[in-house]
Amino acid sequence: MKFAVIVFPGSNCDLDMYHAIKDELGEQAEYVWHDATDLSSYDGILLPGGFSYGDYLRCGAIAQSSAIMDEVRKAAEAGKPVLGICNGFQILTEAGLLPGVLLRNKNMKFMCKTVGLKVENANTLFTSEYTESQEIQIPIAHGEGNYYCDDATYEQLKKNGQIVFSYADDFNGSRNNIAGIINERGNVLGMMPHPERAVSDLIGGSDGLALFKSIVKQWREANVTHA
Amino acid sequence: MKKVKIYVTLRESVLDPQGSAVMGSLHKMGYAQVEDVRIGKYLELVISDEVSDVDALVNEMCQKLLTNTVIEDYRFEIEEAVSQ
Repeated sequence: MKFAVIVFPGSNCDLDMYHAIKDELGEQAEYVWHDATDLSSYDGILLPGGFSYGDYLRCGAIAQSSAIMDEVRKAAEAGKPVLGICNGFQILTEAGLLPGVLLRNKNMKFMCKTVGLKVENANTLFTSEYTESQEIQIPIAHGEGNYYCDDATYEQLKKNGQIVFSYADDFNGSRNNIAGIINERGNVLGMMPHPERAVSDLIGGSDGLALFKSIVKQWREANVTHA
Repeated sequence: MKKVKIYVTLRESVLDPQGSAVMGSLHKMGYAQVEDVRIGKYLELVISDEVSDVDALVNEMCQKLLTNTVIEDYRFEIEEAVSQ
């Protein structure tokens, strides 16, 4: 399976993402610059964390208007897996590919630590290798990860099983401790925690690897069926 | 040329941790009279005279990039810009 790691000016988790895919997952990965205009040769799209465009205006707002985002939209419409982590999640909400928005943490602090996450929905193409309600340990590193949406949107998310991960504890103010959500179709996931930093016990944990394995497994199964 | 002054404010329903922190500081400094602080943004744009409908253009840009209407409201004023 071939992944595109989208690189914006100010992305800083692109190397971690590349390493996770290539060295730990054993799949193909390529960096793709934000002004590229074709993603058709990739099977999965990854938007890494960082501070694209220095978080100017609003985090993710300027990256959202990049040329590559039209291609990311096309990939999402084609049903390809699209994963946005941290700043990648912020970009996906600004682009309208996911509902809601990420606000400043309620305590105004940039927080960097490993936290407990609950798998709220293990029946998605990103979480099939986890079990329902499993608790995993994944690092977070953000100043603006306080997920906000209005009541109607929250009800929709809940009803459709679009809340995929939640924090075990409330530390940033996110509505109902939401840490990650998926689109209605189920192929676009955004999350603040960093699974790509938890892919080897050598670096402190490997609970994130199952997320990437889920994507690959689902892709393999789909391709075998269609072959 | 037209000068456009855009005021971006957080919607009433959205908590403003930055504003709360500033209010906390003001209270500590003795300004107990302050009952609420909300922090917003101010933008200035200069628009060419070729544009006939500045109002429509600014609304479009506010909705596409300058504001996030999930959490923000905006209003703007259009003035005749004095060339330098």
